[in-house]
Amino acid sequence: MSFWGYPRPDGSVGTRNYVAIIPTVVCATPTARQVSDNVKGTVPFLHQQGCALTPDDLAMANRTLMNLALNPNIAAVILISLGCDPMDIDGIAAGIARQGKPVEKLVIQEVGGTIKTVEKATTIARQMVSDASRVLRQEFDDTKLMYGAECGGSDTTSGLGGNPAIGAAFDILVKKGGRAVFSETTEFIGAEHLLARRAVTPEVGDQITWFVRRYEERFLERGVDMRGTNPTKGNIQGGLTTIEEKSLGAISKGGSETIQEIYEYGERPTKGGLTIVDGPGFDAPSLTAMAAAGATVMFFSTGRGTPLGSPFVPVIKVTANGVTYEKMKDNIDFYVNLAEKDHMADIGAKLYAEALQVASGKQTKAEILGQDRDNGLFIVGPVA
Amino acid sequence: MERKAIVLNSKDNVATALADLASGDTVALEIDKKPVSIKLVSPIQFGHKFSLANIKAGTPILKYGEVIGEATQDIKVGEHVHVQNVASTRGRGDVVKAVAK
Repeated sequence: MSFWGYPRPDGSVGTRNYVAIIPTVVCATPTARQVSDNVKGTVPFLHQQGCALTPDDLAMANRTLMNLALNPNIAAVILISLGCDPMDIDGIAAGIARQGKPVEKLVIQEVGGTIKTVEKATTIARQMVSDASRVLRQEFDDTKLMYGAECGGSDTTSGLGGNPAIGAAFDILVKKGGRAVFSETTEFIGAEHLLARRAVTPEVGDQITWFVRRYEERFLERGVDMRGTNPTKGNIQGGLTTIEEKSLGAISKGGSETIQEIYEYGERPTKGGLTIVDGPGFDAPSLTAMAAAGATVMFFSTGRGTPLGSPFVPVIKVTANGVTYEKMKDNIDFYVNLAEKDHMADIGAKLYAEALQVASGKQTKAEILGQDRDNGLFIVGPVA
Repeated sequence: MERKAIVLNSKDNVATALADLASGDTVALEIDKKPVSIKLVSPIQFGHKFSLANIKAGTPILKYGEVIGEATQDIKVGEHVHVQNVASTRGRGDVVKAVAK
């Protein structure tokens, strides 16, 4: 099977063709937004981080923005920093340029304020969009795709239908030789032994267990009771009782194939096949992690219904809750009928076909309704 | 006929409702392809769980054939199984804190 995508200089294939306007720090975020408002074809990455971070969080923010910019759906990049922020704009720009992607950087305090920066960036962005628009979609084998998976606004149906359907689509792509990534380490708690068992080596299995333990320790060290935070109030109303129950349903979105590696948040998997990136269950920064990992189409199962998409990557909303589907058709792209639960491979094949259409340009509901702006960055803290 | 509830694994001691069910309803289930019927003693909302057996406090609750938490009180067969009678044993910083004191 094939799809129509945009070829990139590093050999990857995009499903969208955006010029990204990426502020390194919140102080440059309004400027980035203004530049993007000026130039059609650009997409800003609106976030509120980039300063007062611990060294670990700073390194994470730097690599996340760099790898986000390297997502194949982005044709060219404008980076905007403030100047006094601790972010490594030069390192980020160099990393992007190394992959052959056009990148320009602007420092507000050097250029001389908002108006001059917006003017300069607008001029550059206009040219970048013009150049990007000359790249035409070509037919590629579907193994050039990389899928991502998210679940949010979960209820019992997410584990029964939504996530297994996504897992079935993952299995199809991974079996063919394509790549797929999932995340949400919080929602491995209580199910990590099942993931570890699927690891390619015992060492990778141990790493999965260690990543989950590290996440859980953050709650234990602070004396925090995770109940009521995750599962959320909405999850509990939807029938999910504990994090263990939620996790056992959540991991099915990763399918059943061998897990090749687990990576830190913001890293770009170097291994093929199915991989995991560390990250929170919190949807917005989790979507960022998978976009930074290189996912070019994402699935998002939601029992209770959530509109959230992702700035650079089309997100296909999946629900197995019939009431939610009827109520929120504006936001949900794909319905899994639980009456057909025993035929999950067939449902996965239908979802896979939908993903190929989306990869080729069909707009998702989150894209059409502009629900794909605010994802943000994950930080562990403390913030200084 | 549409299933009113589902048991995901033969080891499970709970079933999940696939429709809103009333207290007193008798629900027909299939466990390991064998028919089982459970009379509900609480109303069970769509997506919520009910017990397949009498469960003693402290017993693990099993769904997907895996442990999802522990009964915090005795649970009767057909009773609603949720946060009022089951607790997670993971991410419990509150327990760690209480032990430290």
